[in-house]
This record gives sequence, structure tokens and C-alpha cells, in this order.
Amino acid sequence: MKSLISWGVKPVDSHVNGKTDKPWTFKQKLFLGLTPGQYLGQALRNPFNWILGIIFAIGLPLIAYRYFFGLGAVTHASNDYPWGLFLGFGLFVMVPLSASGFLLGTAVEIFGRHDFEPIERLALLNGLLGYFFAVVYLLIDLGQPWRLPYPMFVSFGPAAVLFLVAWHVATYLSVQVAEVSVSFFEWVGWLGGKRFIRRIAIGLTVAGIILSTLHQGALGALFNYAPGKVHPLWYSSFQWIHFFCSAIPAGLCMVIVVSTIIKKTMAWRCDSNFSDNLDRCTLGLAKGASMGLITYLAIKLIAIAHDNEWGYLATGWGAWFLLEMAVGVVLPIILFAYAIRHEAVKVARLGAMITVAGIALNRLNTALIAFNWQLYQEIPHVFEAIIALTIFAIYIVVYRFLLYRLPILYSWKALPEEALAAKAVRPAPVRTTTSPAGAMYRKID
Amino acid sequence: MSGISRRRFLAASVAGCAATTLAGPKKALASGTFSGYPDGMGVLVDLTRCVGCRSCEAACNKEQKLPAPGRPFDDMSVFDETFHGGKQKRRPDENAYTVVNRYNPEGGAPVYRKVQCNHCNEPACLSSCFVNAYTKTPEGAVIYNSKVCVGCRTCMVACPYQVPAYSYSSSLDPVIKKCIFCYDTRLKKGLPPACVEICPQEALTFGKRKELIKIGHQRIETHPGRYVERLYGEKELGGTSWMYLAPVAFDQVGFDPSPGNEPIINNVKDFLGTVPMVLAIWPAMFTGFHLLAKKHKGHDEHEHDAEQQHGEEGEEQ
Repeated sequence: MKSLISWGVKPVDSHVNGKTDKPWTFKQKLFLGLTPGQYLGQALRNPFNWILGIIFAIGLPLIAYRYFFGLGAVTHASNDYPWGLFLGFGLFVMVPLSASGFLLGTAVEIFGRHDFEPIERLALLNGLLGYFFAVVYLLIDLGQPWRLPYPMFVSFGPAAVLFLVAWHVATYLSVQVAEVSVSFFEWVGWLGGKRFIRRIAIGLTVAGIILSTLHQGALGALFNYAPGKVHPLWYSSFQWIHFFCSAIPAGLCMVIVVSTIIKKTMAWRCDSNFSDNLDRCTLGLAKGASMGLITYLAIKLIAIAHDNEWGYLATGWGAWFLLEMAVGVVLPIILFAYAIRHEAVKVARLGAMITVAGIALNRLNTALIAFNWQLYQEIPHVFEAIIALTIFAIYIVVYRFLLYRLPILYSWKALPEEALAAKAVRPAPVRTTTSPAGAMYRKID
Repeated sequence: MSGISRRRFLAASVAGCAATTLAGPKKALASGTFSGYPDGMGVLVDLTRCVGCRSCEAACNKEQKLPAPGRPFDDMSVFDETFHGGKQKRRPDENAYTVVNRYNPEGGAPVYRKVQCNHCNEPACLSSCFVNAYTKTPEGAVIYNSKVCVGCRTCMVACPYQVPAYSYSSSLDPVIKKCIFCYDTRLKKGLPPACVEICPQEALTFGKRKELIKIGHQRIETHPGRYVERLYGEKELGGTSWMYLAPVAFDQVGFDPSPGNEPIINNVKDFLGTVPMVLAIWPAMFTGFHLLAKKHKGHDEHEHDAEQQHGEEGEEQ
């Protein structure tokens, strides 16, 4: 893509082709304004696509295999370890990393921190995709995935924590679809839809906070069903607060990590509003994340004191717990402190990567590693790991597909209102008579 | 500008109220404790009487029409089987709703323990199920409706006795498999379950749970030294329909010695209780934060001229 741009190709960022002054067709928009040949060429030149291709070649048949021969054929999920990697990673790790949507939504829409606006849409999309793929993992893991709507429509178990998770994840997914649809409406050029969403933005954001508080917490509360199975150091009667609190740095740091990858690999798609503000936003997110981490560290210590579990710290499990805390929580706090003090963005990015890994480790510990600690250790089946990786690869592909097209990393250059009005009067394809075209475009909002 | 903000505020309030009314009533059920149906039946398992003949396993297999076992029921070598590096003995699974295990307590004769669903008064499987597939019947059985089961397997995570098993090998109709107290074929008609009926040692006593509690304590009293003074399941985790008497400390025969007397659902009641609070308080709180944050500040991305801002502030106060 980079080389195409150096040859003068300009990816779609408005309704009108700057060279010919003709509106882009839907197909042209899908191909980013490239010819199909050019598009295929850039896709094939990208070595990462070949890696993805290999993953899909192995993983997709395995997913089919799982549906034909049952979960037993591809997982080590057993009667003692009902939940394996699909939920341990796919649900319990993906959901906290997707807290970004409600966090940035709150910062910008509720607290009026418009300085975070350049990164808000990325955070919203990150949230939406994370949740969506958590549901995809769920569809792989459920014994009878076609019954997924049962708790909504067929049979109700309202006193169960999972009932709450199901309802809230479903509702929150729709909220996030609405929030992200603003970019989509700009892209397809339906301003009515965009205006409608802008009007209910506060309502959507507040709904997002409620639903996120409850289901991030509910994922933690699920483990309160198994007090004898989860190791005491990873178990607390305040489990839901632990999960909710750690989701805050997890979500913020996931945005830092994703934006870092974008900066390295997708700079052509970012406009100056995104790239020029990224460092500042990153440090802002790091500040938020470090406050979340410090709070998390404090409540973890309180939990140990509350249940008087100091004795466990001297055991092997205690060492593992201390390692998780030291590397996953304390180290990023130190890195963030340094980064914020010295405005060292790279250090903040490193801290964010470690935080993401640390929270992921915490969830895997709770759901798999320290689960059944008195029994035996389950090692996931190799097919299970490959399928989990394949779903994650699909997640990356969808993520990239949307970032390439929708105005997430760049601002959609809208036509001047006069032209729009003219368009409404004369439905024939509009040739913008004004020139130079670029000067007249402005961000509508 | 002020019109929009008012409209937004209303929209937020309406959304919040809608969320509260829609979601509130569904969650507010977590209260009170249930100590079992008054005429619920149960079984008293006396480990001092069990000789490990495995006839209960055979009877269960026949009654529940389960597949033929890998080793015949008169093969006693299964007692030597251990799994996962010796850390686990046999457990109920999709092909066997009950198993008998042998334990060798320090300096004593071997003790045999039958494992099956204990049919809790407040079952963890039932309270964790989000499609309400489980029912505690007035007769005392915890039964399961495979027609609505989604296969999330939370019940297996929740069960403190590690009883429910899943038919992982099935691709089209995987379901939970567990002892149902022979509910459909026997208990409903007032008959004892197949395992109790066949037991040659009278190690299993079928009766009303409240009578069995009396019998259990009587046995402890009339045979001093024969039992440890504990009727396991009388109070543990809210009480179970199946209860145990043992000659040695319960942790030596594979029981969790201190599971506590609270039923599992009490662990999540605190969280479930906060749900209506969050639903009710968050909308006003965060809309309030929004109003506080935007006061004296131009909210929109656009620049406002001084007059407009003045007007906006006037409106809001």
C-alpha cells in the first residue's frame, strides 16, 4: 500500500474521486479506490497475509471438524475443566481488552474530554470487535450454539450470573454497533443516520457504562460459583470489582497497543489529526491506565488481607501470583510513571503491552491455570489452540478491513453543505464546480 | 445548543429508565434461603456398611439405560484406577452416573464411598443455569431438562461436588449427564432409586430427608466409636438430600472437609444485589457528571462566540 501511495494513488477518503471529480461507486470504495488488480497486488505483496493464509488453511478445516465431531474431538475440555481456551482466552481475555469503547466514550462524551477525540473512534471499534469476537468464541465453545438465543427468548434463568452476562453483552453489542455506525454512515454517505446517532450519543454512552460495569463484573462473579476450585489468591468475594477494575487499564492499554501497531503498519490510512495527536493521546491513556492499575493493585492487596491469605504467598502458587502482580501490574505502573514524567511515549507503549499481557495472564490464571488447583493441571489440546488462534486471525482481518475503509483513523471529507443541497435538488451525479476541491471540504459535525 | 443538550439529557434519562425497567425485575430474585422441601426424600449413605460390591453401579447402568461399561461391574480392579498422575479417582461421567471408590485411611480397613449427585437443597447447578434447565422437585430430586440446555457448562463449574458431566463426544446433541435420583422411573412414584433397591448391605437408606437426619444421628449415638460425629450433607453447602456417615474423617475419603454451610448461590448474591443499584444510580450519576463537566465549557467541537456561550450558561442555570 505504501508503494502504491508513493506512485500517486490516493486511498478513498471522501465521496468524490479527487482526480476525476466523480463520486466513488460502492465497489470503488470497497477497493479503496484502487483497481481490483492493484488491490490484489498490494494484498499479495504483504507477507502478513501469507501468514494469515497459512493459519486459515489449517484452522478453518479444524473449525468445521469441531462442528462435525463435537467438542471432544478438538479440546481437552473435560468434566473437571468444563471451560478451556475458547472461554478462558476468547471470553475472559477479549472482553476486558474491549472495555476501551465505554472508557473513551465516557471520557469524550460524558466528561467532555474532547482532546481524546482523535482516538475515540478507534477505541469504539476496538470495543465492538472484541465483544463480537468474544461471542464468536462462545459460538465455538457452546455445546449447542444454535441455542444461543434461548436465554433471551425461550427459557429464562434470571437469577444466574450468566443470564446477566448474556443479556448485557447482547445489549451492549447493539449499543456499540450504534456507536460505530457513525463512521459507517459517513462512509456510505447517509447523513440522516449519523445525525440520529449523534443525537442519542449521551444515552448510548451512559447505557454503555451501565452495561460494561455490570458484565465486566459479572464475568468475575461467575467464578464466585466455584469458591473451592479457584485458588484463593485468584478468588475473592469481591471478584466482580477486581474484574471490573482491571478491565479499565486493560481496555485503555489495548487502545495504545492497537494504535502502536497501526502507526507502524497503517500510517498511510491515518490523517494528521490522528498521527499528530497520537503521542499526546497515548500519554493521556497511560495516565488513566496507571490510575486503574494502582487501584487494582490496592484492591488485590485488600483482598489478600480481607481473606487473610498471606500464608499462600509463601507457596508455589504464591510465587506465581506475585510474578503476575510484579510483571503485570507493578512493572507497568513504574513504566507509566517514567513515561508520563519524561513524556517518553515509547516507554508508555511498552508499559501498555505488558499490561495487556498481564491482565490476559490474570484471566487465564483464574479460568484455567489456578482453576482446580487442588486437582490437576489441564493442558489445552493443540487443535484447541489452533482454533483459538484462527478466530483471533479472523478478528485481525476484520479489524484491518474496517480500519482500511471506515473513517476511523482519518476524517471523512464531506462535501460542502451547498453541494449537498444541490445534490438533493438535482439527483444527477454532481460535479463539484468549486475548486480547488480540497479547500472546500470540511469535516461535518 | 441548549435545546440539543436538553434533548440529550432527556434521551439519556429515558434510556436509563428503560434499561432499569427492562432489566430490573429480572434480576431481583436473589433473596432468602431455601432449606429443602418439607417432604423431600433423600438417601443416607453409611460408608461403614459399604463393601464395594459395585452392584449399585450395575443397577444404575441398567435403570438409566447407559452404555455397557469398559470393564464389567464385577471387576474390582477399577478401585486401583487413578487418573492425572494419581491425583484423581474415578468420577461420574456421561456413561456412569454413580461410581464407587476405595480409600485406604491411615491404619484402618479400606473404606468404600459411593459418588453420585447429592441433590442439594439449593443446587449450585440450578442457580447458575441461565436457561433454567434444572429443577429441584418437591420429591427432592434435582432434574435436568436437556431440551433447553445451551451447553455453556457453567453448572459443571459451579457444582461443588464435581458431579455433572457433559457428552463432549456428541456433535449434534451434547447434553449434561448426571444422576437424577431415578426421578422419571421411580422417585415420582414413591419408589427408591435403583441403587438403593439393589444394595445388599443396606448401606443406602431411602426415606424422608428429615427422618434420615434423625436416623443418622441415632446411629452415631448408639454406636459410639463406629462413626465420626458428623452427618455430612445435613448442613454442608445448604444441605443435601443424600447424606453420609463415615468411620473416618471425611477428608480421608475424598470429601471437602470444610465446604461451609452456605449454599453456593450466597457467593453471588452480593453481586446480584448490586445490579439493580447500578441500573438505577448510574444513569443519573453519569448524566450528572456530563452536565458538571460541560458547564462553563463550550461542549461542541465548534467554537462559540461569547454571546452564544453566555446564552447557554443562562439557560442551564
